[in-house]
This record gives sequence, structure tokens and C-alpha cells, in this order.
Amino acid sequence: MPAQPIVAFDRVSLAFDDNPVLDSVSFSVAAGETRIILGPAGCGKSVLLKLVNGLLRPDSGRIHVFGEDITDLPERDLYPLRARIGMVFQESALFDSLSVHDNVAYRMTQDHTPVAESDARVLESLRFVELEDTVNLFPSELSGGMRRRVAIARAVVSRPELILYDSPTAGLDPITSATIIELLVKQRDVSHTTALVVTHRMQDTFTLATHAYDTASHRMVPMDKSGPNRGVDPRTRYLVLKDGRVVFDGDTPALTASPDPWLKDFIS
Amino acid sequence: MRLILHVKSAVLSVQDYSLLAARSIANLFSPPIYWADVFQQADLIGIGSLPIVLLTGFFTGAVLGLQSVTTLATFGAKEVTGSFVTLSMIKELGPVLTGLMVSGRCASGIASELGSMQVTEQIDAMRALGTDPTRKLVTPRILSAVVMLFFLTIVSDATGMAGGAMVGVFMSGLDATQYLHSSFQYLRYMDVLQGLVKPAFFGFVIASVGCFCGLRTRGGTQGVGRSTTQAVVYSSVFIIVVDFLISRVMISIFGR
Repeated sequence: MPAQPIVAFDRVSLAFDDNPVLDSVSFSVAAGETRIILGPAGCGKSVLLKLVNGLLRPDSGRIHVFGEDITDLPERDLYPLRARIGMVFQESALFDSLSVHDNVAYRMTQDHTPVAESDARVLESLRFVELEDTVNLFPSELSGGMRRRVAIARAVVSRPELILYDSPTAGLDPITSATIIELLVKQRDVSHTTALVVTHRMQDTFTLATHAYDTASHRMVPMDKSGPNRGVDPRTRYLVLKDGRVVFDGDTPALTASPDPWLKDFIS
Repeated sequence: MRLILHVKSAVLSVQDYSLLAARSIANLFSPPIYWADVFQQADLIGIGSLPIVLLTGFFTGAVLGLQSVTTLATFGAKEVTGSFVTLSMIKELGPVLTGLMVSGRCASGIASELGSMQVTEQIDAMRALGTDPTRKLVTPRILSAVVMLFFLTIVSDATGMAGGAMVGVFMSGLDATQYLHSSFQYLRYMDVLQGLVKPAFFGFVIASVGCFCGLRTRGGTQGVGRSTTQAVVYSSVFIIVVDFLISRVMISIFGR
């Protein structure tokens, strides 16, 4: 019997004011998988992530997360489910009136976690993103890249089983983007968390698919091309959207070998 | 066709506003209630609005005294100026002007704060982190506004009466004892009740309209500006309309 998927979309459609955003989208994400969602701007990538977290509701179709049908679940019943999901928003969405510490500790503060435990986990998360010195700063005092890293720390602090990354490298310079991607690879390889990553930067997707985190040297290294997977992470798969429809669902070799002219043009 | 869309949009807005208002009240009867946010908002709305309420109340009472003493002198009834000022302040001007001033200051502040949070996805982030924004943001603001507007109105009434007395005694030569006696001679408990029921409704209008406009903000910083303006305009108009309705109901019940 195959393992239950962490996320499953079944013919999900959504329109805003008669403008279709997603049109009969179906796919599933297995445990431990990193699913990269690609597509041109405005094709519904971010909307899809918000549907996974129940922040938006589909017009039709069913959405299952951790095996539970969340399509019609009341908001109150979604909160326990969201406790198992971390989300990194496109523009970080840090609470600008709270310090970095309070942003990262937000969920634990709401859950009345003991202060000592909360502080320890905040520090651990900030150490993970190498920003432990910013604990008392406010979001307005951080650079764009640092804000994104704090957002990642906030998402991973509760040790979620699923992380949703909404364009984590959008608007960042290549060096900062590489730092962010390294954090994604680190989270994937150290914690083996299932992830959905929305992006439109092919460079980032291929880095994710071809690199692994080396715990000895504490940095991201290219995978061994002579290994069984030929230097490509088998757990990294792709979902490509175009005009709200799925045009590709598969792994890295299948994506690069696709004969579809639009897809070829897009990934080039 | 465009008219139908406008009507449809307006009806949907009324429905959304009603749902938000109902949810924010229902939140008071189940945990969690964010008391820290309630006290923080009470400080921002109540203490923060105190200077403008004091000034507005005082000068409204003063100008009311100034105008009425002149008019009443024509009829030889200068002595009832105190009564005129007190009844006007307590029943109408105190609550309404306090409501309008706090609306200008707080409905705009609430709408811009929540609007900024909406366009920067902080509201979505809050939901994703397991917090109900209605509970965390809307209910504390409404509760604080209702309670604080009640007290602000009392302050406004008192300073308005003091302003009227100052003009009457020091500028128009009325006797201070007679002025005070006249102030309370025609005042009934029903008048005070009417003047203190209104601010509770006005506080609800200010905070709920501010939150509603803020939470439905779309379109970046321009949208935040639009929501802020809408919040002040809608809440001010609603205050006047609600004032009329409450006055009508109270007069029909108590006969004054």
C-alpha cells in the first residue's frame, strides 16, 4: 500500500471575479518530497500555496493535507493543521511592530510555551539561519535577505512537517539568493521536511535539485554525478503551471528531457 | 450592467461587515481573549484621544454658551443659558463630537494599520501561524473603543459645561450660582442615559468600520490611503445616522 501523500489536489479550480486562476489542478506531494512549483508570473503559484494552507478556498475540487480533507474545513479546525505547516511568504510578512525574537517566537507565545523553552528554540532557529545576533532588532532594521532568513526561522521554529516557500528568493541579489537556497537545502537534508517551493528562477530550482547539504563542512555541495542518482536529488520534483493549468508534473530528468516547446523555452 | 455590479458589491460589503461585526462580538464569549491587546488599544484610543476631546469639548461648550446667551438675551431668557448648554452637550454635542473626533483620529489609524498589514501579507501570516485575526485585531479594538468612548464622552460633557460656564460667567456676566443651578434644573436621568448610550454605539461603529476598511484593503500603499479615507468618511456618516436612530428610539421610549 503506497504511503499517504502529504498534499493532494484533486481537480482544484479557483477564479477571482470571473478570472480563472487555477483550472482543474491535480497533483500530489509525497512525504519528504521537495515540490518545486514553476510558471510565469500570474499563473497561480502563490494562490496554490495559500490553498494548501487553507488561507484561500477553492471554487471546486478537493484538497487533502496530511490525509485530511481541508476543502470545507471551518477556519477554527484549520488551526491545528496549520501548526504542522510552516510558511515563508513572498515579502517575508514579518510583523513589523515585533522584534525578530518576538516574530520567531510568535506561534510559541500564542501557545503559551514556557519562556525558557521558547527562547531556546528561537535561538536555535536563528542560529540555523545564521542570524542569532539580530534577536533584538526590528524587521525595519534588517536587509531584504535577512528578513527572508528570519521568515525561514519563523517557519521552521515549530519543526513543521511541511514547509511552504513562496518565492523565497524573489527580489534578492544572486549571492543572497544562494544563501537562501542553501538554507532550503539544509532544511531538506537535515530535517527531511516535505516542502513546496514556488519560484520563477530556474537557477534556484536546479541548485536545489543538484546540491546536498554537507553536515561536516556545514555548506551546500554539488551531488556526486557518478552516484546512483547521477547528481540529481530524486526527492525534488516539479510542477509547472501555465495559465492556471498543470503542463508538467515530474522529476528533474523528465523536465530537462521534455519535448514540449513551451516548456523547453521556459526552462531555458 | 455596471449599476447591478455596484449594487451587488454594496450588498456583499454589508454582508461582510455584518459577519465581521457579529464574529467580533461572539469572540468575547469564548477564549482566547487578548487582554494585553485590549489594554494597549484602550491606551491608544482612550488616553491618546484625551487632548483632542478635552479641547473640542471645552470650545464647543464655550461657543455654544456664547451663541445661546446672545440669542436667549433677545427673549429675556439669558438665565437659562446653563440649562441650554448642559442639555445640548450631554444629549447631543458631547457624544457626537467626541465620536467624530475619535473617528477622525482612530478609525483612520486602525484602517491604515490593518490595511498595511493586509497588503504586506501580515494578516495571512497571522492566520498561517494559528491566530485568528478577528480575535487578535478586531475584538480588542472594538471592546476598547466602546469602553473608552463612554469615558471620553463624560470628559467631553464635563469640559463642555465648564466652557459654557466660563463664557456665561466671565464674558456674559451671568451669576455663577444661578448658572450652575440652571444647568442641572432641567436635566433628567433619561437625558444622561441617552448621552451615555450613544458613545457605546459610536465606539462600536468607529472600531468596526476602521477594522473592516483595513482588512479589505487591496492595491498596495494607494489602497491603504483609500481605506483610511473610507474609514473616516463611513464611520463619520454612520455616527450621524446612528445618532438619529438612537435619539428617535430614546425619545419614543422616554418622551424626551
